[in-house]
Amino acid sequence: MAPKNQPVGGQAPVVQRIRLRYAKRGPLRFTSHRDFARAFERALRRAAVPIAFSQGFTPHPKISYASAAPTGVGSEAEYLEIGLQAEVDPGQLRVALDAALSPGLDILDAVIAGPGSLADRIDASHWRIELPTVEPADAEAAVRAFTGLEEVLVERMTKQGRRSFDARQAVARIDVTDQSAVPSEADGASCAIIDLVVRQVTPAVRPDDVLSGLRVAAGLEPPVPPRVTRLAQGTLTAQGDIVDPLDADREPALPG
Amino acid sequence: MSVRSVFPQLEQLLPRVSKPIQYVGGELGAVVKDWDATTVRWALMYPDAYEVGLPNQGVQILYEVLNEQEDVLAERTYAVWPDLEALMKENGVPQFTVDAHRPVKAFDVLGLSFATELGYTNMLSALDLAGIPLMSADRDESHPIVLAGGHASFNPEPIADFIDAAVLGDGEEAVLEITGIIREWKAEGCPGGRDELLLRLARTESIYVPRFYDVDYLPDGRIQRVVPNRPDVPFRVAKRTTMDLDAWPYPKKPLVPLAETVHERYAVEIFRGCTRGCRFCQAGMITRPVRERSITTVGQMIKEGLEYSGFSEVGLLSLSSADHSEIGDMCSGLAEQYEGTNVSLSLPSTRVDAFNIDLAQELSKNGRRTGLTFAPEGGSERIRKVINKMVTEEDLIRTVVTAYSNGWRQVKLYFMCGLPTETDDDVLQIGRMAHEVIKAGRAAAGTKDIRCTVSIGGFVPKPHTPFQWAPMVRPEVIDARLQMLKQEINSDRSLGRAIGYRYHDGEPSLIEGLLSRGDRRVGAVIRRVWEKGGRFDGWSEHFSYARWVEACAEVLPGFGVDLDWFTTRERQHSEVLPWDHLDSGLDKDWLWQDWQDSTSEFEQDDCRWTPCFDCGVCPSMDTEIQIGPTGKKLLPLTPVNSLRLPA
Repeated sequence: MAPKNQPVGGQAPVVQRIRLRYAKRGPLRFTSHRDFARAFERALRRAAVPIAFSQGFTPHPKISYASAAPTGVGSEAEYLEIGLQAEVDPGQLRVALDAALSPGLDILDAVIAGPGSLADRIDASHWRIELPTVEPADAEAAVRAFTGLEEVLVERMTKQGRRSFDARQAVARIDVTDQSAVPSEADGASCAIIDLVVRQVTPAVRPDDVLSGLRVAAGLEPPVPPRVTRLAQGTLTAQGDIVDPLDADREPALPG
Repeated sequence: MSVRSVFPQLEQLLPRVSKPIQYVGGELGAVVKDWDATTVRWALMYPDAYEVGLPNQGVQILYEVLNEQEDVLAERTYAVWPDLEALMKENGVPQFTVDAHRPVKAFDVLGLSFATELGYTNMLSALDLAGIPLMSADRDESHPIVLAGGHASFNPEPIADFIDAAVLGDGEEAVLEITGIIREWKAEGCPGGRDELLLRLARTESIYVPRFYDVDYLPDGRIQRVVPNRPDVPFRVAKRTTMDLDAWPYPKKPLVPLAETVHERYAVEIFRGCTRGCRFCQAGMITRPVRERSITTVGQMIKEGLEYSGFSEVGLLSLSSADHSEIGDMCSGLAEQYEGTNVSLSLPSTRVDAFNIDLAQELSKNGRRTGLTFAPEGGSERIRKVINKMVTEEDLIRTVVTAYSNGWRQVKLYFMCGLPTETDDDVLQIGRMAHEVIKAGRAAAGTKDIRCTVSIGGFVPKPHTPFQWAPMVRPEVIDARLQMLKQEINSDRSLGRAIGYRYHDGEPSLIEGLLSRGDRRVGAVIRRVWEKGGRFDGWSEHFSYARWVEACAEVLPGFGVDLDWFTTRERQHSEVLPWDHLDSGLDKDWLWQDWQDSTSEFEQDDCRWTPCFDCGVCPSMDTEIQIGPTGKKLLPLTPVNSLRLPA
């Protein structure tokens, strides 16, 4: 327990930083980032995590988030970092926090933070876009038209108003996967699946911008809302793979 | 017969609506049971948006009480916003529960909790979306029993044609009794169909089934009589009272939403009922007698509720929390327990006295100061006597001075406009009072930098109160008084600058008045308004006064009455009121006497501290006042030093 009559600004210092990877799955992909942040703060209290607080008159828990997936988009690879006022075992922390969150908000990984920042290790995202009722061949044609262009201008409403920007350059890889042939749901209708790697740029190019790009480039208009999932985010290698940003924090593997 | 989730269809629509998270469920505390493993199934609805409905205590308590029964399933449903409603109609998606997304029509009971009458149009939207006939008479065995509860059900006559039954008063035991009746009826093979089930409910003498009562009218439009049309059905239906709140420590597992809602806190009811006797207050009249929850139960509920939910805020709720016999020890004990934990504690502070500030001071030990709200309710000494709010101007000044000198920079004062016998001057005195508050506050705080907010609500006369006979004041008169008050506040620039002024127009109150004191003929108005697009009438951006006035003009002349007849008309002693056959325990003659006392400015004391004044509730309901102190104290909590791992 904190000492009594603790003066304002007397919060306990951070003694350990832990980085977490979490998922937003199924119906809970409709959780907005703000919704998640509130749920996560409550989970910290439910799990009795010794979270550190900022100094000041209204102390805030020490939590910092890496770029969050848009509301309605599922994710297997969201990241955040927390500062603790007492050391804990990362494995136990993962289990305790996962149990304290609703099923569908799942804590997948926890590591003690090493040097460097999480943000510096994230420069690209890997997305999977399911387009129910779209024929894979139609998706394939649209993707070919899109990649054939140098620049594809799309529009989106931002906080600054309607903006026009290029959705093509940020795309590192875009394919229609061969799983597309498998009917997705019970209705047996076809479903095209796009596999997409996008570099982090400003303004950010999101999966819906790439879908807008497919419409602009080839007139592809999915009749039902697409289902988008972020599969990974991290450092993009020359080979086009994405490296989990937590890998660098793990203990170096023993030789042999 | 198993029931399929509508989520696959709903999911297609969610990317196209605002705040989709409110429709997906997944809250901590939510219960999903196997449909086929249960025998009695309840859909509980709070007929407003999820953000308002989710925190509702009544629904949360009944949800938990019902789901604790092994063979009972309870799920929740809320009003969907017009954007989703349109898409659901277009795509044939029915009204669903958020827990398992099951269609509401498949349940045995649709229980609606009406905290306010302004939710009536939302009930019609939900029935329509659910595919349940709007009129009770058109339903058959395939439809749920539509059951109303909540404070508005003390006069359910305006919705009598739409509901199948209503419960008055506390729901904890009522839902279990109703469950038992349905369980038995189903086990017997549903003998006699829906009619027999409703008859069995009515025979309990505490469940009101409107179809078993006929209403006759006099040529002048007043009610002649309300009588049962079946043998075995009681002439009067009594309210329920749950005694011994320590035996009902709910919610134990509060629902913790993912979506943002109006209250994000663990709320614990520290007592139920109130005998302060404010004559406008329906809640205080219909929830008698006072039943306290003991300090130790409250402490235990908070400890477990916080551990379960992860909330960082606790609200100690009741109709007048500072009146709890153990409130001092409760506040200091809790402040001690949670010191240094970043948990904030709050007390809805409305009693005008300095003791309230001591309590708020205690609770703010943790650093976070909650606002102070005082409710003198009336601007003049005279009108406060009329409403039985025993507060003098000196009390108020002394109280706010204490607040400002203890470091509060802002207080909120709550008043009503449109009270019986009110004159322009009664309202103008609110402004003068606010000036005095600022003057005294500046002197006490030693700085000009203090504020007060004056917040005005419209008075709505409610059934089962001494003001049930009172005429309402016309909206134009209310609006004119509110403008006069604004000028009065700003008549002194220096003082006026420190006073915030918030008020509501008179029009919505008049409609609330129509719905709260209406009879069965008002049902046709509600239906007409809904057909014209009326939804979410509690929200100023959706409420349309013109729509209600038009609907009244279309429907009511056929009955020989009109909007004014229901609202601005004063009732006489001999008039049969639409809710006279519904028994809140209050003796009608006592209510009439209190109404007479009111106009002669005679005040009535509280029966917790003075002898019983024979309001009638305890003897007729076989209840008694249950208050402490118990003499017990809260013990220090054991600090948690390790992660709480799943079992």
